[in-house]
Amino acid sequence: MSPKIATAGNTGKKIRSDCFVTLELKDKGGIQIEQKSKVEVLYGKANIELCKDVLSFYGIENAQLTLDDKGAVSLIIAARIEAVVKQLIDTDKEYLLDFIEENKYFSEKDQLRFSRLYLPGNSPSMMLNAGIHDPNGIILDLEDSVAFDRKKEAQLVVRNALRGINFYGAERMVRINQFPMGLEDLKYLVPHNVHMLLVPKCEGAEQIKELEEKIVEIQKQHNIERPVLLMPIIESALGVEKSFEIATSSENVVALAIGLEDYTADLGTRRTNEAIESFYARTRIVNACKAASIQAIDSVFSDVGDMDALRENVKVSKGLGFEGMGCIHPRQIKVIHESFAPETVEIEKAKKIVNAFIDATERGLGVVSLGTKMIDPPVVKRAETTINLAINLGLISENWREDFLNEQAS
Amino acid sequence: MVPTEINGEEVIPFQGVGKHKPTGRKYAPPIPTAIDYPDDGNKVIGTLKEALQKCGLKDGMTISTHHHLRNGDLVSNTIFDAAAEMGVKDLVWFPSASFPCHEPVIKYLEDGTVNRIEGSMNGPLGKFVSQGKMKGTAVLRSHGGRVQAIQDGEVKIDIAVLAAPSSDFFGNGNASSGPSACGVLGYATTDFMYADKVIVVTDNLVDFPNMPMEIQGNYVDFVVVIDKIGIPEKIVSGTTQITKSPDRLLIAELTAQFLQESEILKDGCYMQAGAGGTSLAIGHYIHQILKEKGWKSKLGFGGSTKYMVQMLEEGTMEHIMDAQAFDLDAVASIANNKNHHQFPVFNAYNHHSKGNLTSMMDIMILGATEVDVNFNGNVATHSDGYLLHGIGGWQNCLHAKNVILPIPLFRDRIPVIKDEVTTICGPGEMIDIIVTERGIAINPRRTDLIEKMKNSSLPVKTIEELKAEAEAICGPSQKPTISDEVVAAIKWVDGTVIDVVRKVID
Amino acid sequence: MGKKYANLVKNAVGRMVPTEVNGQTQVPFQGVGKHKPNARKYEPKISSCADFPEDGNKQVASLKEALIKAGLKDGMTITTHHHFRNGDLVANQIFDIAKELGVKGLRWVPSASFPCHEHLIQYLEDGTIHHIEGSMNGPLGRYASYGKMKGMGVLRSHGGRYQAIQDGELHIDITVIGAACADMFGNANGLFGPSASGLLGFALADSQYADKVIVVTDNMVPFPCSPWQIQGNYVDYTVQIDQVGVPEKIISGTTQITKSPDRLLLAEMTAQLCLEAGIIKDGFSFQSGAGGTSLAVGDYFAKIMREKNIKARFARGGSNKYLVDMLNEGLIEYILDGQTFDLDGVKSMGENPNHVWTSPFTSYNYHGKGNFAGLVDVVILGATEVDVNFNANVVTHSDGLLLHGIGGWQNCLFSKTVVLPIPLFRDRIPVILDEVTTLCGPGELIDVIVTERGIAINPKRKDLIEKLKDSNLPIKTIQELKEEAEKICGKPAKPEFDDELVAVIKWVDGTIIDSVKKVKS
Repeated sequence: MSPKIATAGNTGKKIRSDCFVTLELKDKGGIQIEQKSKVEVLYGKANIELCKDVLSFYGIENAQLTLDDKGAVSLIIAARIEAVVKQLIDTDKEYLLDFIEENKYFSEKDQLRFSRLYLPGNSPSMMLNAGIHDPNGIILDLEDSVAFDRKKEAQLVVRNALRGINFYGAERMVRINQFPMGLEDLKYLVPHNVHMLLVPKCEGAEQIKELEEKIVEIQKQHNIERPVLLMPIIESALGVEKSFEIATSSENVVALAIGLEDYTADLGTRRTNEAIESFYARTRIVNACKAASIQAIDSVFSDVGDMDALRENVKVSKGLGFEGMGCIHPRQIKVIHESFAPETVEIEKAKKIVNAFIDATERGLGVVSLGTKMIDPPVVKRAETTINLAINLGLISENWREDFLNEQAS
Repeated sequence: MVPTEINGEEVIPFQGVGKHKPTGRKYAPPIPTAIDYPDDGNKVIGTLKEALQKCGLKDGMTISTHHHLRNGDLVSNTIFDAAAEMGVKDLVWFPSASFPCHEPVIKYLEDGTVNRIEGSMNGPLGKFVSQGKMKGTAVLRSHGGRVQAIQDGEVKIDIAVLAAPSSDFFGNGNASSGPSACGVLGYATTDFMYADKVIVVTDNLVDFPNMPMEIQGNYVDFVVVIDKIGIPEKIVSGTTQITKSPDRLLIAELTAQFLQESEILKDGCYMQAGAGGTSLAIGHYIHQILKEKGWKSKLGFGGSTKYMVQMLEEGTMEHIMDAQAFDLDAVASIANNKNHHQFPVFNAYNHHSKGNLTSMMDIMILGATEVDVNFNGNVATHSDGYLLHGIGGWQNCLHAKNVILPIPLFRDRIPVIKDEVTTICGPGEMIDIIVTERGIAINPRRTDLIEKMKNSSLPVKTIEELKAEAEAICGPSQKPTISDEVVAAIKWVDGTVIDVVRKVID
Repeated sequence: MGKKYANLVKNAVGRMVPTEVNGQTQVPFQGVGKHKPNARKYEPKISSCADFPEDGNKQVASLKEALIKAGLKDGMTITTHHHFRNGDLVANQIFDIAKELGVKGLRWVPSASFPCHEHLIQYLEDGTIHHIEGSMNGPLGRYASYGKMKGMGVLRSHGGRYQAIQDGELHIDITVIGAACADMFGNANGLFGPSASGLLGFALADSQYADKVIVVTDNMVPFPCSPWQIQGNYVDYTVQIDQVGVPEKIISGTTQITKSPDRLLLAEMTAQLCLEAGIIKDGFSFQSGAGGTSLAVGDYFAKIMREKNIKARFARGGSNKYLVDMLNEGLIEYILDGQTFDLDGVKSMGENPNHVWTSPFTSYNYHGKGNFAGLVDVVILGATEVDVNFNANVVTHSDGLLLHGIGGWQNCLFSKTVVLPIPLFRDRIPVILDEVTTLCGPGELIDVIVTERGIAINPKRKDLIEKLKDSNLPIKTIQELKEEAEKICGKPAKPEFDDELVAVIKWVDGTIIDSVKKVKS
């Protein structure tokens, strides 16, 4: 006999913006809904309507539904009810709320990825305001931050979040589970404008190939053409050794990230603040990424209270060649951005070099020189990168050269 | 004999100490509203005259001032200059005390700008009054009596003009900084609390907030900035000095010894000693005794001087409660020592209060122009009938546990102990000890003290003996010629009239 | 006490308010700066030293004895202050004694009540207390919301409470002043002793205008208790008891800046706004409360001031460690303080002469010749709700429950710039509405709403709009913000209320600005 009672969601004193739903299927008596809500006066009726609508969508006619609501928005309540329904009846039907207009934007292969904010996939309270802190990307996490028995309800929360929560322009990423569950995650993500998938514990190109085959299959069903970008996470000794192979496994792989907790465990050592134990892995991965012309992204910094240490950590990371870092707390974002951004002296120097280059090109000179010094092409390239970054970050205007020339003249 | 009507208002004759109980309610000033005051808090206005006009100065109004600038006050006279210019008549000036520097007001008393002065009168103004030249009847009150009169609505202040050595634009004022710094502004407290309109006059406008706010800007209507509010050297003495007169030093020594033998002086006692040369000397002797015994005075009640400050700093005194500072050391101490407290007369002296400090004092050293054989004391008039001094806190201080009057037996042939004082300012039942250079008289009511002193080597005598001794030396004196015309009333601390001053005939 | 309320009329902000409350005639709100008092202050009885002990010792054996001597009887008005906050042990005792004495129908007028006063609900039930006039927090507010209190709740701001007492609108029979430190004469302060909370400013009006004044302390010191924040000259009786407060509930050991990233963002935006608007400049003044967000605003101010070498002339408390640090660092010259929120605040007030204790009289009383709140350049305040006309609510929640007091909030609205950093929604409840549930502050006095998703400037403040027109800050209209919240949370239903009123909200001038309706249970 199949079970008659199911639960989903979270409850407790500290839980906010979430709900806990209990559904018991009955043989008769129609739909009975019992609601206990913090916001009953303002949203009680809307909640009841929603409950009824979801149940009727799944053709449930007799049931007792209990909604213990701590101020969850509709898309979370809907995900929770869908989760309980799917524990009790076998269905592929998806109860989908509107895909909001604001979420119909895309990301680019080479866009800025200084910061990406981790959001546990089954904890809605952190999701609503994640975007306001202006991270380059948000990661809805289905992997380590979700308990094993909650994986299915998290898939629904993440799917609804991708559709209905405005992340204010941040790159929309999801960390999927390890395979095979990770492949199961895809149908909740790919049709809903996920920009990038983070692939945990990646140890070889074949994993990426397997993943892409599945993605393409889903994309075909939904007539989606735009590719899903990939960021494999290297978290083992083997992964480190295979990093170049992984980096070049698909043109959709745009970055590699390193995960140091698992990596140091794999080495049989401990993670230290000095990070000597992972020095090889980090430089190896940076090297592999540069060889493959993709971005190298550093691991998260876990002491959320110590902003000074974070700043130091980013400096080292930047020095090694990394171009971004994970965040587990929104307050880390600003520090990471500031620390990865080019410094003023760096920008000023780059302006002079790029200006000299443009000048030389305009005058048809083959050699770029600054004063009495010859400038090599790679130096020009690095300076251009710096200038572009500075423009992207709003540190200088796009027309910086006008101001620069005016200044020179005066 | 006292009148029951003064300046057109009914008054109550003195009923005895602690007998007259008020049944009324306190004065209720009009309720102001922040709507009528500038949003940015800036109440500065061009001139005092303009401020007086805006306050609606008109005939018959009562204008109050404080006397913290003492004989260096440059503000009070200018109020009446402005009033005369405006042609306003019949004002009542209600200072907490007047000084010789206020002699210019006489011309306004003569031309009708000012009808009368209600307040302690010193020197020239007192003489003017004594000669019957003032239109209205003067009313003299103690410092506490002045607070009581304002609080009880007996005197309604139309405009208070309060000089402040420093103020911000909002009217928060204090006396701890600026060229005219005088330490405290305690005599102004009741005025700003109860006056209809309050003008602060300063020569030292500072940024908001001016701390401490002895005058609270929330009560202030206008702030006027002028060049100079006072003459510093006339406000506080650079330093107060202990008397060098051998006779007075003797009186002081006798007093200190009496206090010690009678055990009035003890560890933890509350004491007050004034700023006169003899009082300072007594303070000095007391200080020596305290040091010798390893005792401490729990608190000293100011006006403070450098000698009291020394006690505070040397640890022979724990607190100074201060209504006025007499010298620069005292001014500095108020600003710097947290055990040197500003203590408005409102808290110290007001008899219509739920108790006050005076009755808690163990040692109270006071002066007098005359005392009589019933221990009644006079501080306002001289034996020639002239009104030359104010009451100050004298009446209030009589409530102390032990009131001691160290006075010479005679001054320039004028005996100090009489059959009857010219003006009764304080009833004899409240005066305990008279110390003269020729003997000490204990009030017969103080049987406890008489008992304690019976084996003393000090010259304890009866007051009659002292009086006889003075007369033997000076010869009997003739009575001054005084008319029946009342020129001033002396109020007791509860607002009743204890005596009057009559016109002197030259 | 007369009728609970009667005669509803529409006031100047369109709210229906009674013109009679608890038997007293009331003036409906006339508009900001419109109602002028044409009366005199309350005139307390004149007392005489002849009726008080010459040695100054007014101590009696127990609070009960003091209350009996003070003539406690049916129908009287008893007041207390809230400096002991949720650690207050005095107020409950008063009514325990009243109950024991069989006294009925008392009116309790605290300067604020706290959850610790839930104990008093039994006395509201049995008639010992007729009703409460004062800020009600938590359980008592809930009780009143459901219409269970016999009389009407009357909520006043701190300044409004002073005004009501001063103007004689609120006559006090007996005030009981709990003091951390006092002498036998009744001089008292809040600075020293186990229940130290810094000051006693909220008891000032009570001490000046009540018929009888009782000072209760657990720390009786030799005369003179200095400084005398409460003047013994106003005090009738003093009482020593074991404990007046629970120290750890009076003040936090130390206050903590919020760790919430959303609130930190709000604070950062607020500080940035003040900087760009030219408010943070040399010699400026500010007031920011002790809530997590407000503390963080202060902290961001400090950062900016340090960076730009700017000094503030003064800051208004409630003080806390962060403000004290700024004072000690020289970033601010004075703290003008109405209450201290942590031990650092208490200690600083006791030791630093530039940390000045003030009272609702100097700071807030609208029926004074100006007050300090009006001089502050920028004040950071909170709100439970704001509406599209910038009107704000601080007392009720959107479900109608009366759960907070007004505090100094209304009074602070008179500062030069009023900024409300508030989240756009709290647990799905939008904060910006078409109309606030209870109107505590008129929109014309509220200048800027800062939310994590955008900043709305009151159209009245053209100067601010002009100054910020090139700012990178997300300036939006309040309408846009409201729509954004509704998009995320869904449009909330209108809560249903009973027609019955349970409380009125007074404006700073004593008029009634709004009333609180009974919540359907």
